[in-house]
Amino acid sequence: MNLAQFLAGRLVKGIIVLFAIAVLNFLLIRAAPGDPAQVLAGEAGAADAQLLEQLRARFGLDQPFLTQLWIYLKGYLTFDLGFSYRQQQPVLSLIMERLPATLLLTGAAFIVSLVVGTAMGALAARRAGKWSDSLITTLALAFYATPLFWIALMSQIVFALKLGLVPNVGYETIGANYTGLARALDIAHHLILPSLTLGLFFTALYARMMRASMLEVAGADFVKTARAKGVSQARVWRRHVARNAILPVVTLAGLQAGQLVGGAVLTETVFAWPGIGRLMFDALVQRDYSVLLGVFFVSSAMVVCFNIATDLVYRIVDPRIEAHA
Amino acid sequence: MVRGMTGLRLSLALAASVLVLGAAQAQEPKKGGTVHVVVQPEPPMLMQGLNQNGPTNMVAGNIYESLLRYNEKLEPQPSLAKSWEISPDAKVYTFKLQENVKWHDGKPFTADDVVFTLDKFLREVHPRWRPIVNAQVEKIEKVDDLTVKITLKQPFGPMIMTQEVASAPMIPKHIYDGTDYRANPANNTPIGTGPFKLKEWKKGSYIHLVKNEDYWLKGKPNLDEIYWQIIPDAAARAVAYETGKVDVLTGGSVDVYDVARLSKLPNTCMTTKGWEMFAPHAWITPNVRNGILGNKQFRQGLMYAIDREFGKDVVWGGLGKLPTGPISSKTKFYSADVPKYTYDPARAKELIKASGYKGETIKLLNLPYGETWSRWSEAIKQNLEDVGVKVTIENTDVPGWTQKASNWDFDLNFNFLYQLGDPAMGVARSYISANIAKGNPFANVGGYSNPEVDKLFADAAIAPTDKERQELYTKIQKILADELPVLWLLEMDFPTIYRCNVKNLVTTGVGVNDGFRDAWKE
Repeated sequence: MNLAQFLAGRLVKGIIVLFAIAVLNFLLIRAAPGDPAQVLAGEAGAADAQLLEQLRARFGLDQPFLTQLWIYLKGYLTFDLGFSYRQQQPVLSLIMERLPATLLLTGAAFIVSLVVGTAMGALAARRAGKWSDSLITTLALAFYATPLFWIALMSQIVFALKLGLVPNVGYETIGANYTGLARALDIAHHLILPSLTLGLFFTALYARMMRASMLEVAGADFVKTARAKGVSQARVWRRHVARNAILPVVTLAGLQAGQLVGGAVLTETVFAWPGIGRLMFDALVQRDYSVLLGVFFVSSAMVVCFNIATDLVYRIVDPRIEAHA
Repeated sequence: MVRGMTGLRLSLALAASVLVLGAAQAQEPKKGGTVHVVVQPEPPMLMQGLNQNGPTNMVAGNIYESLLRYNEKLEPQPSLAKSWEISPDAKVYTFKLQENVKWHDGKPFTADDVVFTLDKFLREVHPRWRPIVNAQVEKIEKVDDLTVKITLKQPFGPMIMTQEVASAPMIPKHIYDGTDYRANPANNTPIGTGPFKLKEWKKGSYIHLVKNEDYWLKGKPNLDEIYWQIIPDAAARAVAYETGKVDVLTGGSVDVYDVARLSKLPNTCMTTKGWEMFAPHAWITPNVRNGILGNKQFRQGLMYAIDREFGKDVVWGGLGKLPTGPISSKTKFYSADVPKYTYDPARAKELIKASGYKGETIKLLNLPYGETWSRWSEAIKQNLEDVGVKVTIENTDVPGWTQKASNWDFDLNFNFLYQLGDPAMGVARSYISANIAKGNPFANVGGYSNPEVDKLFADAAIAPTDKERQELYTKIQKILADELPVLWLLEMDFPTIYRCNVKNLVTTGVGVNDGFRDAWKE
């Protein structure tokens, strides 16, 4: 099967999946108790029947259920993700406003964890049994097991409060009005804690997986052959072992990449990072259906895309793989 | 109304005395400076006429203004109205407006705006003003460009308390008249008369307000800028204060157990003032429709069983005061002459036994507003189980709680309500039969109904003098403290923590919500 056929098949499947997700999301969200009108009225500390009626009409909640579903699906066909009456803005623009911050955060965490994680894993495998291996595996285990929010808060207390090295919350220094390079550096400074915190878990995963995978490959016949032929140690590890051991890591990276959008609720909350995760969380506690559905949809679409991309990467990394559409 | 005929003179005298006092005690305010404040959670919008959420009020109180402000004793003070007069029969209120007031877009503020706001805009959209204007007001009319007359159908004591900024923010007629208010694009760029204007709102990060150079009160505001920072995590907010990222932690923005530690930091001040208008009262509402909860003896038993001192000292870190009845001791018409309940498990057991309680399990609906409330639920569950009452705690998220509370789907329900400056506005709603209506978590959700109490509340609202009102409210408090339609737990204090170099932060009965008009930074 050629690449174009493979891709077309995947895309069709992806679209069907997305449609199913859209319908399912709608049904699931409506199954939760409470509605945005009640929440708004509740937060205001006062409500009368007329206000609730007015709000429901505004949110379109006075329409029959199927009509609401139809309006929602029809909108999605034309890339109209709806309107947030609560925030008085189209959902798409709300998402687009928040997307850069999220991509910066999750992207940085992705790169750091992928690079550091695979390097550490490879190093540990190379030195299996030595003290550096023990150190890396122990650290990886610790970071793998520690809850993210705890690390997030502890890192704030240690690095922001006690040592004063980095800011603890926010995307940039508010009110500083930096421009150009100064602003980029300022944002990078703010990015350090959240991206490292968010990346730690995956760093640990990559390290563990890379190490295990390399040790497995290292015992394979073709590696022995290479050694017997007199290929240098460094070259054996680099060309024969590492390259063949990377496949499971690619799988994992595909999974993490799928979470680039919408996967960082906790980190964004604790570090007051103005991203999609918080948009989603706020929309959830406020039952802001259109925003919630919009974020779900965009992140589901990302997952589908990254799954297809992962399959493509497989074929490039290991040409033996014949991907079946 | 005692102050009827002398309203104008009294208000002028008050204004004068405030000026004199202010000059005598305070240093000369410094001009300029930026203050960083925490707002929590992010407001849904800043158009205060359409939205009265806590965070909206906190930020929008700088952008919008109302006719009156209220000091810590809840006495009316001039704001957009420079003086006011109440007719001898207490039915006609005449407001004289400040001169040379401009909206943020430069258009003049006049009596037309006031009439539009009170008679049209708020009547249509504001859940607190609507019932007042519909039930009490005969007509609202413009006398001249700077005079507005409100004629009531009958005397209504709380009328003078209705003009707080969140209850009656002035809305520009030239922007809203004839439009669909809720869909008006101007809702994203609020135009008020207040000391600060909205410069930028970076969703998820901050709201930036800048000084209104054309503010009608000459020389005010002192500050150049306010940044309202949105930091969702309470612990992160505390660290942000400690690292100097923010200067003011508004009421409720840090965990209760952090308050004592933070307020001891160097150059840190703490005040619980500025909540007199709201005077939040925390309580448990028993659903009197449900079996044994309809029994007065049983409810009294529960009240004796709950260790309210413990709740105050341990759960709320010593903040607040034990209430004696439905009316907060911080507001007018409070009376301490009521049946009182101290922690007495033995007496609780007797009463519960006498009530005929057979060991049925009672569902306690927890208020999903954070850890403090959950801990409180657990403490109270323990108290009640100590006297033999079986309790299960139900946890939900906020929309789930709102729905359950609104639909009376609970046995016991935690809540806290604002008193809004007058029992007719913030207290009666929880006890009168007319307010037993599904769909509203702040109505009379427990279902308590007593024709005598209904009549007393109705009479008290329209009794012409404060003395007569006090008598009626004293009677009400006696009856309710005996019948216990709700179990009052705490008169809550919300501490504002701030750096001591921010001066004049809390100057009125609505505190930070009244805006940073008078604040300055040393």
